[in-house]
Amino acid sequence: MSPDDVMIVVIAGLLSTSCALLGGFLVLRRQALLPDAVSHAVLPGIVLIFLLTGERASAATVLGATAFGVACVAGFEWLRRSGIVGSDAALALVFPALFSLGILGITRFASGAHIDLDSAIYGDLTFAPLRTMSLAGLDVPTSLVVTGCATVATILFVVLLWRPLHASTFDPEFAELSGLRARAAGRMLLVVVAGLAVVAFDSVGAILVVTFFIVPAATARLLTQRLGTMLVVAVAAGWVSSLAGERLATAIDSSIPGTIGLASAGLFVLALLLGRRGLAWRALRSRRPES
Amino acid sequence: MTKTMTQAPAALAVHELSASYGGRTVLDGVSVDIPAGRLSGIVGPNGAGKSTLVKAALGLVPATRGHVRLLGEPLKRVRSRVAYVPQQETVARDFPITAVQVVEMGRYPHRGWLRRLTRADDELVAAAMEQVGVADLAGQPIDELSGGQRQRVFLARALAQQAELVILDEPFTAVDARTESALLDVLTGLCAEGRSVVAVHHDLRTVLDRFDHAVLMAGGIVAEGDPADVLTPANLEQAYGIVVAR
Repeated sequence: MSPDDVMIVVIAGLLSTSCALLGGFLVLRRQALLPDAVSHAVLPGIVLIFLLTGERASAATVLGATAFGVACVAGFEWLRRSGIVGSDAALALVFPALFSLGILGITRFASGAHIDLDSAIYGDLTFAPLRTMSLAGLDVPTSLVVTGCATVATILFVVLLWRPLHASTFDPEFAELSGLRARAAGRMLLVVVAGLAVVAFDSVGAILVVTFFIVPAATARLLTQRLGTMLVVAVAAGWVSSLAGERLATAIDSSIPGTIGLASAGLFVLALLLGRRGLAWRALRSRRPES
Repeated sequence: MTKTMTQAPAALAVHELSASYGGRTVLDGVSVDIPAGRLSGIVGPNGAGKSTLVKAALGLVPATRGHVRLLGEPLKRVRSRVAYVPQQETVARDFPITAVQVVEMGRYPHRGWLRRLTRADDELVAAAMEQVGVADLAGQPIDELSGGQRQRVFLARALAQQAELVILDEPFTAVDARTESALLDVLTGLCAEGRSVVAVHHDLRTVLDRFDHAVLMAGGIVAEGDPADVLTPANLEQAYGIVVAR
């Protein structure tokens, strides 16, 4: 492996770490499509900030696009709760429309600059080692810095809000009544997911963001019986997929985020077949008489 | 035990409470005082507003009007002193958690976001699980338990919280008769210690046989008081709209 290969695996692994940690809660809260929605909704936000500042991967972009994503999801939530259209229809209405707006923005105003349709769809992970910034006199990939900060922030978020997130995901009414500020924790989760989706969008594009959030977490759910272990296993699955995906992409000369997504899905199928809550185990258990 | 119940503030005092649920007004100016130190049952037909009354009183459904006192205080001052056992459907079914972790949540209201559980907390958790007969299930994942075992675990959580008022929403659905009886024994025991228990329930027979106090609802309050006085054929006909033989 070349240093660039290692760098790509590290960036993908860090991204997997933070995505899987939040993805675990999203899977259990039945909000698995939230990152997908946000990753589509942020595109017009990113274009807008780009048009205003001329920058693509800056703190301003992340914050601006996050705010845009949060606003869109809040609007979606309002539309859903109003009952004017069904929940799934609202999802299908709002987010593709925003993505279309983003595509229009790129082709009309920003084509040829550092933002193009390919990177919006497939991400820039492959070129991440080439885009560097100066940090304490060293040239480090911008992606590594951004993803690293996002990962640290995500870990802090999950550790500090462990109890409200844990309790409100499991039993929202109890959590709210306990004074754990469960609803506030749920809203903060949304904001952090939106921010991370923006960061992930930059590396892996709009389509595969949801894979990084959800697939390792869903895999881990099949293997574990405690939330803590589930999240650790999800992070591990994310790193294994990142390494395997990067190797595969290099071997067959393909898109790295794509092969990472594929490796991730492969792990899921393995867990589905062999995991403690998987198919083989279930078939065995259904033969045993009920105790 | 001395009979000081009449001086104690009501376990749950609701005054002119209104609440809507999904755009429909379910409660319209309901007032009721549920006495402390008793096992009280809220009964009535489906859609009578039993659960909404309890949820609005606990701030889980926004009240549009009225005010509520729990143990004589507003909710925000008594959160840790009030335990709630929700309907099983509102709890995530497919969640990776063990029985003992559920019961430990009963200590969260006392420890907040970050303070570690102490040895004393662990002892309360173990004692609560012992009391409802689930000590041997501590390490079991919750989704591998039967309905009755699950409900015992959730009651253990309320016990571990050491609340003065325990409110349960339909605690005996999907529970076998033996568990129901065992759980009722525990609830009766709580009342004997001077704590208050309020359960939304649908089985009139149990309320008549085992509860100290009954509130019969059908939109508003039809009757309340001693179960034998509340669950009369005339009241039940008014609440359920059909003639009910006792």
